[in-house]
Amino acid sequence: MNNGKFGIYGGQFIPETLMSAIIELEAAYNHFKCDENFKRELRSLLCEYAGRPSLLYYAKNASEKLGGAKIYLKREDLNHTGSHKINNVLGQTLLAKKMGKKRIIAETGAGQHGVAAATAAAMLGMECEIFMGEEDTKRQALNVFRMKLLGAKVNAVQSGTKTLKDAVNEAFRQWASRVDDTFYVLGSVMGPHPYPVIVRDFQSVIGNEIKEQILKKEGKLPSAVLACVGGGSNAMGSFYAFLEDKDVKLIGCEAAGKGVDTTETAASITTGRTGIFHGMKSYFCQTENGQIAPVYSISAGLDYPGIGPEHAWLNDEKRAQYVPVTDAQAVEAFVFLSKTEGIIPAIESAHAVYHAMQIAPKMKKEETIAVCLSGRGDKDVEMIAKYMGENINE
Amino acid sequence: MNKISEIFKNKKCLITYLTAGDPNIEKTAEYIIAMSKSGADLIEIGIPFSDPTAEGEVIQNAMKRALKNDVSIDDIFAAVSKVKKEIAAPLAFMTYLNPVFNYGYANFFKKCRETGVCAVIVPDMPYEERGEIKDFAARNEIAIITLIAPTSKERIKTLAANAQGFIYLVSSLGVTGVRNEITTDIGGIIDEIKKVSNIPVAVGFGISTPQQAKEMTKYADGVIVGSAIVKIIARHGVNASQKLSEYVSSLKKAID
Repeated sequence: MNNGKFGIYGGQFIPETLMSAIIELEAAYNHFKCDENFKRELRSLLCEYAGRPSLLYYAKNASEKLGGAKIYLKREDLNHTGSHKINNVLGQTLLAKKMGKKRIIAETGAGQHGVAAATAAAMLGMECEIFMGEEDTKRQALNVFRMKLLGAKVNAVQSGTKTLKDAVNEAFRQWASRVDDTFYVLGSVMGPHPYPVIVRDFQSVIGNEIKEQILKKEGKLPSAVLACVGGGSNAMGSFYAFLEDKDVKLIGCEAAGKGVDTTETAASITTGRTGIFHGMKSYFCQTENGQIAPVYSISAGLDYPGIGPEHAWLNDEKRAQYVPVTDAQAVEAFVFLSKTEGIIPAIESAHAVYHAMQIAPKMKKEETIAVCLSGRGDKDVEMIAKYMGENINE
Repeated sequence: MNKISEIFKNKKCLITYLTAGDPNIEKTAEYIIAMSKSGADLIEIGIPFSDPTAEGEVIQNAMKRALKNDVSIDDIFAAVSKVKKEIAAPLAFMTYLNPVFNYGYANFFKKCRETGVCAVIVPDMPYEERGEIKDFAARNEIAIITLIAPTSKERIKTLAANAQGFIYLVSSLGVTGVRNEITTDIGGIIDEIKKVSNIPVAVGFGISTPQQAKEMTKYADGVIVGSAIVKIIARHGVNASQKLSEYVSSLKKAID
């Protein structure tokens, strides 16, 4: 990687107003990532506050039921705030504080990143403002209240499709107007350089732990590492430690929505093509005329028209593979995991679980699969009930 | 390229903006002509984009209206090539990078030259990413306009020294849109620029009244007015010609 590029992908496609801030961020990050005090403080926050290391759980019931490879679940759902988002948020908010910023802003889709950001801000004594598409504030009303409870201001974004991409647009606009005192805590491995690198580094704790834990349990590396991808932060965090281990298959599970042959999908690698948006060159779902396409997924967290630039590069290099998983398939996995293991996964993570259910039976018993269970599913229960035609509010 | 520096000779310049396809592409052509005849020295034509991250609500909504009309880059080139025969003012495109990347850089800049567009303003392409389009623009003698912001500080020297045509000085933090007050030290930034280059500087973002325009040209070589014009088009739709002419004339008079 050089100049913030992964092959042809990445870059810094942002307005001039933000360039100084991005350059300042890169310098600060390069300084603090090697700073022993910073590393110690972050380590302590991750272990004492967020609950790391997270478990690597052998899903025995599921594995035996499916037959074939042993399935391990990386339990990011057990982290404080219920998802992997806290790893990145603690890193960036601590960095913001070290840089002397008083205020953080963040975008959110499902609300996981927003809740994590509001949490970190509350704990580290920062002002916090969250941008969330109006559509998503309705889908995830509980998370909106959680953020408010944590002391954050929540802006329901009315522009465009009123979902995650519009929340990112609005966060960029807001950042441009208060760039002096505000730090933008970006939630995924996307946006302009250095964000894809920063977020990947802060999330790489996931893959590092998987590697250590599975070696301890199995004495060898997994045959495959699976994770869901929207922007792709839990996937990048899971994959990064294994990039050089060429025998480990890396598989990202994209949200296919109602199917990749419909327009109601968010599978940017399967259905998109190269473009430039949100600060980066990468794969985007777009129209014939280069307008960013409205995307759809049952999962608000994967409902994003692009994917991080490092994923785009890993795809082209064929180091990682990206597969589409539909709403119906994700719901099937959501129910399966709940019933067989007593673990209710986030609907995002259920996309990865579904693919594990497909490949495990075709693999040998000696093989293992590590699936990143990026978040817990409490937030999705009401929506899944509705999807299944049950009204739980009666 | 030469054409742009000419308009700044011996006078303060008025640059006006509208979004192509709002309210429709035929009216865009008509309004460009009306603004040119009322004294606009350069006209900036916005290519609509679904997600204009540097724009305030006024231009966001104009782009939304334009996209509802399904206006394509080819429609815009066709309209431009028609009006070009009737007006003297040079034309520039304001566009986000993705629609142009998608259209194909080579083809886009070739068509710019063929239809008489002499510059591009790309809000999501900072100096560092110019490599994307530099060769294609140079080959067709299309200027890439450099934006300088209140936050540019140490960057001003490099940006100004490598600028083409004119410098677009962003008056305020944030996005495009009408502002009551501009608090940035415009004079100070322009002094910095003029230390390294004698390229003309035009100020944009937030300028709407003739008084503001006049105030800005105390320091700057020109002013850029966008959202205020788009607002007139939003209000009067297909009947905005007369209002636009009056407004542009009033700005022109103020800076003359």
